[in-house]
Amino acid sequence: MATAGNSNINAKLVLLGDMGAGKSSLVLRFVKGQFLEFQESTIGAAFFSQTLALSDATVKLEIWDTAGQERYHSLAPMYYRGASAAIIAYDITNTESFERAKKWVDELQKQGNPNMVTALAGNKADLEENRKVAAEEAKAYAEVNGLFFMETSAKTAVNVNDIFYEIARRLPRAQPAQNPGGMILTNTPSEIAQSSNCCS
Amino acid sequence: MDEEYDVIVLGTGLKECILSGLLSVDGLKVLHMDRNDYYGGESTSLNLVQLWKRFGKEDTPPERLGLSKEYNVDMVPKFMMANGALIRVLIHTNVTKYLNFKAVDGGFVYSKGKTHKVPATDVEALKSPLMGLFEKRRARKFFIYVQDYDESDPKSHEGLDLNKVTARDVLSKYGLEDNTVDFIGHALALYRDDSYLDQPATDFVKRIKIYAESLARFQGGSPFIYPLYGLGELPQGFARLSAVYGGTYMLNKPECKVEFDENGKAIGVTSEGETAKCKKVVCDPSYLPEKAKKVGRVARAICIMNHPIPNTNDSHSVQIILPQKQLQRKSDMYVFCCSYSHNVAPKGKFIAFVSTEAETDQPEVELKPGMDILGPVEETFFEIYDRFEPTNQNEDDGCFVSTSYDATTHFESTVIDVLSMYTKITGKEVDLTVDLSAASATE
Repeated sequence: MATAGNSNINAKLVLLGDMGAGKSSLVLRFVKGQFLEFQESTIGAAFFSQTLALSDATVKLEIWDTAGQERYHSLAPMYYRGASAAIIAYDITNTESFERAKKWVDELQKQGNPNMVTALAGNKADLEENRKVAAEEAKAYAEVNGLFFMETSAKTAVNVNDIFYEIARRLPRAQPAQNPGGMILTNTPSEIAQSSNCCS
Repeated sequence: MDEEYDVIVLGTGLKECILSGLLSVDGLKVLHMDRNDYYGGESTSLNLVQLWKRFGKEDTPPERLGLSKEYNVDMVPKFMMANGALIRVLIHTNVTKYLNFKAVDGGFVYSKGKTHKVPATDVEALKSPLMGLFEKRRARKFFIYVQDYDESDPKSHEGLDLNKVTARDVLSKYGLEDNTVDFIGHALALYRDDSYLDQPATDFVKRIKIYAESLARFQGGSPFIYPLYGLGELPQGFARLSAVYGGTYMLNKPECKVEFDENGKAIGVTSEGETAKCKKVVCDPSYLPEKAKKVGRVARAICIMNHPIPNTNDSHSVQIILPQKQLQRKSDMYVFCCSYSHNVAPKGKFIAFVSTEAETDQPEVELKPGMDILGPVEETFFEIYDRFEPTNQNEDDGCFVSTSYDATTHFESTVIDVLSMYTKITGKEVDLTVDLSAASATE
């Protein structure tokens, strides 16, 4: 849920798309500026946060990676819960992954909240010589389905920051929280216990 | 699937998911399967349409109950003690970051036909209508003793060695009446029957301390917290932990047949004609019924209502314990209520659960004392389900079967089972000495 206050926005962003589309590579490039040619399937970390300073707001993105649970289609409803934004990634050198991306769009429309900001990322744009999915085709699909579209390359960093910043720009600014916020049990000593104001 | 795993876990109930998470974090290669196409097994939360189907109703839910997808009805309703074992496991594993919690408004106890707020401190004891004037003073002294008790400081022991004397001895030292003993034992120490009275008092005193410390923690009206969107979020959170550490997840896998070698040791699991090899199998009793025996039955009612439970200060979430003696029963009855304020029902709707260890075949009759305190209900579902316990020797067969969820409205017994299974599987203990004060609540 995007929560606003003093133009500080917290938003959960989920990554979707088939194995090998480069979801984790996109995040690693964006958050850490890294790229590994032979990135192992996601292990150990599937939760990043990155703060983006825009001219009218500071946006803190909490980025959720699938942790491999997409492999046998076992993503839990919790994954989609409260997400304000999504990036659906496919590999431009793999037609199958584009077809599967469309399935993820359907899934998101079923599970996610209707006001979600959704991006379609045609990843591995550096592999132009092996391209199987035309940019025009993906762009047309994105327009029909209310997504915005970019071709990205986690390897060369092309459009990687841009896609995350574009999402941040499109997030609703003064959206009231749909649910009164519950408490989050955190592990950081600096935060002091507060009574929850939820009990009516 | 044709790979070899250290452990295959069957069923995505809370216990199995916690174990899967802990084992993956330990670096073991885990395959986790479920025959259902959803997470949670018996400990899932259902929407209204699923609830209707679960109880075999043919028609569709009436419109007056609101949107199906706004319901998250727990199949094993329980609250979490704010300082209890499950919170320690959540913090230890950092699964807290996937979840949002809210305090539970009230903890009540049923006494002489009425519900009363459970007094847990010396100050509350003095205000409580549960006790007469002199009894209040005696209870106050008892609470002060418990609050001041420090295992490592003999001066706080008042001459009692809690490893030697029984809970009954401690209570009689303070001269407490039977009614008071009843609510202290069942609503504060959360014992399910009276056998604790003849056990060493150390566990008894620790339990009351956990209750009081939990109550103090979030300045709520109860020592409990509960996740937004229902308990079904918990198994999902632990499954995610397992996946993040390399666990493989497969839902909607029919059959899940455990394969054994000639010595009766588990060597793999077959589903849809493919066999995954493994060294150990962890599962709930439904996957290995031949290795479990029926140990009891839980009778319960799930009720949808348009109002909070009467006489609970309009609590939007509440636990009420009806101690066995108050009902002339052998086991306590539990009432649990949650509502839209925890995002488990549409605006204005409340979901109440009444449950107990079944002593008859007629849940409608047996649960009546609990049903009577709810006020008018919109819809009720009754059922009796069997509880199972494992009977196998896991050194011989490499199978680790969990115990079914009991009727209690909190997780302490659940976590005890999980931790003991973890120790049997790995030979190690989970170190749960987390810094609870550091893990604070933020809005």
